Amino acid sequence: MPLNEIVLDMDKVKITRLKTDVLIVGGGAAGCFAASELKLNAPNCDCIVMEKAHIDRSGCLAMGINAINAYLNPGETPDSFVAYIKNEFMGVVREDLLYSIAEGLNSVVHEVEGWGLPIEKDRNGYYKMRGKRSIRIHGERLKPILAERAKRSGAKILNRVVATNFIFDGERVSGAYGFGIRDMTFYVIEAKAVLVATGGASRIYKPNNEGSARNLMWYSPWNVGTGYAMGTRIGAEMTCFENRFVALRVKDVNAPTGTLALGVGAKQINAIGESYLSERYECFGGRKCVTPYRLYATILEDKAGRGPCYLDISHLSDRERRKLKEDFLSMNPSIVLLWADEGLDKKLSCVEICGTEPFIEGGHSEAGYWVDVDRRTTIKGLYAAGDITGGSPKKYASGAWVEARISIKTILADINLNGKIRAVDESDIQNELQRITAPFYNHNQNSVTAREMEERLQKVMDEYAGGISTNYELNDKRLRLARDLLNELLGHLEFLRAENSYELVGCLEIIDRIEVAQVLVEHLFHRRETRWPCYQTRIDFPDRDDRFWLKYVNSVRDTSSGKIKIIKRNLQ
Amino acid sequence: MIYIDKNVCNGCGKSKETMCERICPGDLLFRNNDKKADIRDQGACWVCAACVKACPRHAIELKLPLQIGGNGASLNARVSKGETIWALKDLKGNVEEFKIKSWVDRDKEGCPALISEKADKV
Ligand SMILES: Cc1cc2nc3c(=O)[nH]c(=O)nc-3n(C[C@H](O)[C@H](O)[C@H](O)COP(=O)(O)OP(=O)(O)OC[C@H]3O[C@@H](n4cnc5c(N)ncnc54)[C@H](O)[C@@H]3O)c2cc1C
Ligand code: SF4
Ligand code: SF4
Repeated sequence: MPLNEIVLDMDKVKITRLKTDVLIVGGGAAGCFAASELKLNAPNCDCIVMEKAHIDRSGCLAMGINAINAYLNPGETPDSFVAYIKNEFMGVVREDLLYSIAEGLNSVVHEVEGWGLPIEKDRNGYYKMRGKRSIRIHGERLKPILAERAKRSGAKILNRVVATNFIFDGERVSGAYGFGIRDMTFYVIEAKAVLVATGGASRIYKPNNEGSARNLMWYSPWNVGTGYAMGTRIGAEMTCFENRFVALRVKDVNAPTGTLALGVGAKQINAIGESYLSERYECFGGRKCVTPYRLYATILEDKAGRGPCYLDISHLSDRERRKLKEDFLSMNPSIVLLWADEGLDKKLSCVEICGTEPFIEGGHSEAGYWVDVDRRTTIKGLYAAGDITGGSPKKYASGAWVEARISIKTILADINLNGKIRAVDESDIQNELQRITAPFYNHNQNSVTAREMEERLQKVMDEYAGGISTNYELNDKRLRLARDLLNELLGHLEFLRAENSYELVGCLEIIDRIEVAQVLVEHLFHRRETRWPCYQTRIDFPDRDDRFWLKYVNSVRDTSSGKIKIIKRNLQ
Repeated sequence: MIYIDKNVCNGCGKSKETMCERICPGDLLFRNNDKKADIRDQGACWVCAACVKACPRHAIELKLPLQIGGNGASLNARVSKGETIWALKDLKGNVEEFKIKSWVDRDKEGCPALISEKADKV
C-alpha cells in the first residue's frame, strides 16, 4: 500500500459479518496449536483464527527458537517441575495450572516433532538435553510449521485482521470485532466460544535502544497487550501484573543469554573478571540462584562500579563458536551480525549483558488472565491460553501448546454446537466502528500521532513505574505520579490521528498499551513488599513479607466507571 | 534494519501483495510507486529476518543500525526444502555460510515456508 494513501471517509470501511462455532483470537504458538487440536477432535466444528499479522511468521516465534524450554527430561516429574517453578517465583504461583501444564508437556512436543520440527537427539535416540527441563531443537522454522498445521486443519484463517474488542452483552462473550488492514474491512465475528491467545504486552516501557533501533527488543513488538485490554474492558479478572518480566540479554541486540549460559556453560563475570555470582552473591544462591537474582546481581555490580558485566565464552574452540553462531541464527540472527560488525580480528571472548525494559506477559513471568484449571476466564464464553494467562510462569512455547489443548477440550465440552449464538446489539457494532475509525477524522492542530503518544507513555513508565533508568525500582510516590500522568495521557486519546491503516493500527495499539499500563501501575502500587527483585523492587518496602503477601494481587476494571479494583486472593 | 537492493527487487511482479509485505510481522513493508519494496520506518524493524527469508529474489539483507555499532556487515538467507542457508558478510567482504536444518519431511505433504501466497487462498 502506498505510504501516503489517505482514507477519507467511513464509507471506505466495509463491514463483513461472519459466524462460527469457535473464534481463536491470535494465531501464534497457542492459537495455531488450538486450531489444529480443535479440528482434529471435532472436524464438524467451525473455526476462525483472527490474526493481526500473517500466521506464517507472527508473534514471539517469528524468528525461531533453539530450545524447548519446558519439557520433562528423564528424572523430572510433574511434581519436581511444579516445585522448581514455585521456588523460582518465591511461592506465588498457581500450582494447579502448573501441574496441568507439566502433565501435558511431553506429548505436545512429540506431536509438534511429528509435524516436522527437527529435534536434536543423542546416539541412543534420546532428545539432547540443554538443561533439566529443556531440550535442543532446530527451531528456525517452528512458526511456519505450526502455521502449516493450522492451515491444513480446515480452520478459516483471517490474516491481517487486528482484534479490537470482544462482542459482549454484559454477561457473555459471543465473538469479537476486528479491523482488516489489507481490505479496509470491519469484521464482526460472532461465535459460541472465543479463545484469546494474543500473547503479552511489549513497548510499555522505554526500551534499551531508542530511535532507529527502538524495536530491536526481546518480546515481539507487535504483541501489545490488546488481549489484556479487551479483557479488562469487559471486567475480566487479571492476576500478577506486578510480576513483570525483565530479561537478562546480550546488550544492544537482546539475544538470549540462556544459549550462552546453559548452552555452552558461559560464566557471568564483572568488569574486573570476577565470577560474581559465586564470589559475591552466595547469599542469593550463587551460580544456582533463581532467575531474577542473576539480573539483580548484575545490577548491583553495575551500581558498585564493577560493571559492565559479561558472559565469558573465551573457553570455546573455533568449532564451538561456529556452532554457537548456528544456534543463534535459528533464534536471534542479530547477535551474529553484531559479531561480524565488530570485525573478525576482534576475538569473540566476552559478551556484554544487561537487563531489558520490563514486559508484561505470562509465558516467562506470570502476568495475565485469571483462569480456572480448564482455562476458562472469569467471563462466560471466553477462554485463554499461552502468554496471556497468568499465574503459570515458565511455560514458554510448549506450555502454550498444552494450554491450547486444555482450553479446546473445555470449549468442546462447554458449547452446544447446535445451539444459537446470541444476537449482537446493532448499536454496539456502530459504537465500535466509530471508536476504531475515529483517528481518521482528527486532522486539526491539536492532533497527535501514535508515535508521540508512545514516547510519552514510555517516558512516564520508565521514570515513575520502575523502568531501566531507575534500575527497575519503585516507590509509593513515583507510582502515584505514574497513575496521574497516565490518566492525563488518556485525555489525549481523542486527538489521535491516522492517515492510513498502518497508522490506525498504531493508534489502536497505543490505546491498549495505556490501558494495560494503568492496570500494571495499580498492581505495582498494591504489593507493599519486594517479592521478585527487579521484576518488582519496592524500595519503600524492601523486604519480602510472607506473613501478608503470600497472596495473588488480582484486579478487575469496573465496566462503567473504568476504575480498577484490586482483589487480594489467597494461594490455591 | 534491512537493506533492500532495488536493482534486484522486482516488486514481486503482479502479485497482489509482495512476498515481503505478506510476511512482515510488523506490517512495515509495502510496494512503492516505483514498484519496488520499501520500508515505512527502519526504527520499527525487529530484525527478525522474516522478509529476508521470504524474498524469492534474495533482495533483502539484514543489517544493524549505526546506533548499536552497525558497521556494514550483512546477513542474507535462503530457504531450501529442509534447510535454511545463511550468508554472513563481514566488513572486509568475507562471506561465511551456514546451512542449518529447519524441517524434517515426515508426511510428504509439502514444506512449510516454501509455500507461498497460493496457500493462503485455501
Ligand atoms: C524472543 C523470544 C524468545 C523465546 N525463546 C523461547 C525458547 O527458546 N523456547 C521456548 O520454549 N519459548 C521461548 N519463548 C517463549 C515463547 O515464544 C512464547 O511463550 C510463546 O510464543 C507464547 O505463545 P502465545 O501464542 O501466547 O504468543 P505468540 O506466539 O506471541 O502469539 C500471539 C499471536 O497473537 C497475535 N496478535 C496479537 N495481537 C493481536 C490482535 N489484536 N488481533 C489478532 N492477533 C493478535 C500475534 O500477532 C501473534 O501471532 C521466547 C519468546 C520470545 C519473545
Ligand atoms: S519479496 Fe523481494 S522481490 Fe518481492 S517485493 Fe519484496 S524485496 Fe522485492
Ligand atoms: S526484519 Fe522482520 S520486522 Fe524487519 S522489515 Fe523484515 S520482516 Fe519486518
